Amino acid sequence: MPRIPKDWKLPQEPGDFLSDVGHTPEPRVTGWMNTPPVEIKRGMHCYAAKPDRLKKMGMPNPREWSAMDDDWKLPENWKETFLDGMKDRLGRFRTFQLFMDICVRCGACADKCHFYIGSGDPKNMPVLRAELLRSIYRQHFTTAGKILGPVAGARELTYERLKELWYYLYQCSECRRCSVFCPYGIDMAEITIMGRELTNLLGLNIDWIAAPVAFCYQTGNHMGIQPHAFVEMLEFFVDEIEEVTGVRVQPDFNRKGAEVLFVTPSGDVFGDPGTYTCMGYMILFHELKKLGLDITWSTYASEGGNFGLFTSNEVMKRLNSKMYAEAKRLGVKWILGGECGHMWRVVNQYMGTMNLELAEGSKMEEPVSPITGTKFENAKSTKMVHITEFTADLIRNNKLKLDPSRNDHLTVTFHDSCNPARGMGLFEEPRYVIKNVCNNFYEMPENTIREQTFCCGGGSGLNAGEDMELRMRGGLPRANAVKYAHEQHGVNMMACICAIDRAVLPDLMTYYVPEVDITGIHELVTNAMVLDGEKKKTVNLRGEPLPGKEDKK
Amino acid sequence: MSLKNLLTDNKSSIVKAWCDLTLKSYPEESQGFFKKKDQFGNPVGHSLCEGIESTYDALLEDADTDVLSKALDGIIRIRAIQEFSPSQAISFLFGLKQVIRDGLGSKINKDGFSEEWAVFETKIDGLALLGFDIYSKCRQQIYDIRVESVKRRTSRLLTKAGLVYEIPEGQSDQSDLQENIANINNS
Repeated sequence: MPRIPKDWKLPQEPGDFLSDVGHTPEPRVTGWMNTPPVEIKRGMHCYAAKPDRLKKMGMPNPREWSAMDDDWKLPENWKETFLDGMKDRLGRFRTFQLFMDICVRCGACADKCHFYIGSGDPKNMPVLRAELLRSIYRQHFTTAGKILGPVAGARELTYERLKELWYYLYQCSECRRCSVFCPYGIDMAEITIMGRELTNLLGLNIDWIAAPVAFCYQTGNHMGIQPHAFVEMLEFFVDEIEEVTGVRVQPDFNRKGAEVLFVTPSGDVFGDPGTYTCMGYMILFHELKKLGLDITWSTYASEGGNFGLFTSNEVMKRLNSKMYAEAKRLGVKWILGGECGHMWRVVNQYMGTMNLELAEGSKMEEPVSPITGTKFENAKSTKMVHITEFTADLIRNNKLKLDPSRNDHLTVTFHDSCNPARGMGLFEEPRYVIKNVCNNFYEMPENTIREQTFCCGGGSGLNAGEDMELRMRGGLPRANAVKYAHEQHGVNMMACICAIDRAVLPDLMTYYVPEVDITGIHELVTNAMVLDGEKKKTVNLRGEPLPGKEDKK
Repeated sequence: MSLKNLLTDNKSSIVKAWCDLTLKSYPEESQGFFKKKDQFGNPVGHSLCEGIESTYDALLEDADTDVLSKALDGIIRIRAIQEFSPSQAISFLFGLKQVIRDGLGSKINKDGFSEEWAVFETKIDGLALLGFDIYSKCRQQIYDIRVESVKRRTSRLLTKAGLVYEIPEGQSDQSDLQENIANINNS
């Protein structure tokens, strides 16, 4: 929220306009370590977690508080708790210890963060954001820091510095773009993850993360939708699909003995435009049934997303376990995962140290496509296949009847969602699928896609409404590249494979490039699919007229 | 020779100085980065310098409001969501006066362009008012986006869950209404 400077007065001379409104910065007399206490601003942070969420999860210091208040109602021994937590994690997580020690402050990461690029706030440089925590580490855990203090880049942990740390930890979306450029491979996301774990020990959480976590733990999904409502939602889609295609699909739920379990983010089931992607999954599965796909949905493992990743290692593990426990209970052979972002980072990067033991004694095995016979060797350990890998394989083996001209009204680009891109290297499959279902596809500029993709600005639990300024700053580099693609190639649709993207990007586009809309890939796939027994299609899943197929009166 | 010719001849130095002055509104550590020429790696610096040049051209060409608005929008849209008060976000427009005075002030006085300069200054004042309109529109849009996103999150959900009932398209109760009014009047 913009504010009026405290010392503002009416300009007296023409040149006063510039100095009196604070146009020129005050001369900086100290380095970043001695900058004044952080000013917490509206629009730049998310609301604090409500106490019942933390109570549900057994997390510390549940209470009503606000980051805008002076008193954050911390426990009396907050400093000791923070430092003990840090000591514990330095011992338990080798990466944390390493990332605290090895940065040489070369600055390669400095201008790679979308929040820094969009704001120019130096503390959004990954190196400086990390230094907020590192300086405390040096002061309390290194000999040089203890003796030399600021000379060795060390700072005492104070109440104000804790606030500053919290403020900037929640201005990092854990997208890992900076880590691509770090010569040492320091993963800023892991530093943020550890920093958030530490502040969580003091009850410094945000509701946009804590609520989905508690809901997911209690009912299986972020929205807190109960099993019967989950079924009703999908049945509602069955009617909508029939209206558009003339085909009545029949999803089934919690069926024991099915070969495959399907898990997707609940955002696909409950939030537009993800709902159209969800209808896409349902149509695809229906068409594949006669080719031998034996798949079921679960009303318990009804969430692919895992906001535990943004909370703590333990919470992440607790939330992840339901997918594997449900796979074991139903007796499926493998899990097919929908278009989700951080679900895939959790599965691809952390699964090996989490719940794989749950698969022991189950019927789970290396995934094999029942339709093409393709072995997904890459998923041998996790037993979980990404739906774009699965669909790309179907297309490659000519198993889908496609009419890409049905998407001819769209000129599409692809936003590499951070987690599938940098967290699992999924670059080619989504593009292969899009190019087979759309005739008009254009890439955005090279330094904004693939490994170098820019975050949507709302990842890692920052996709709330109250931090809209933060999101618009962080999303600027992505929007800027989309705008270029729109102006150069007439792009009017951006596809992505992440439910948070589908929630965040429409707002970003509304502000910067209103001519471009957002879609999931499987919405495009099934709009192009020629279905057995379909009626003459005149509209797509969104109810928009198909080019050249309109009703002629 | 007119003031317009003078300003056209000195375009590159004025535009550069105006960009530099505007970039000074950002933290010292980041000014160097914002000067980097990289359209996609540095969208703030790129949009700012491109917008400033277009605005300067439009001013000299006496372009209409639409052209000026388009030139300013790319800059102000970004500054409206950055760490600025409203006055700070717009004040760069007055910076053009300072830049021209610093660079060409003595020549303007010496060559007798004072009257033309007074007119040009008024144009810059008008530009600032236009900038204020754009700024307000951007801020309004942010609030609208927040409201719309909340509505989008819940309204369709309630409809799907059967908790609210939408009035079907094309249905009109006007005939019933007219009938009721007639009944009341007759009674």
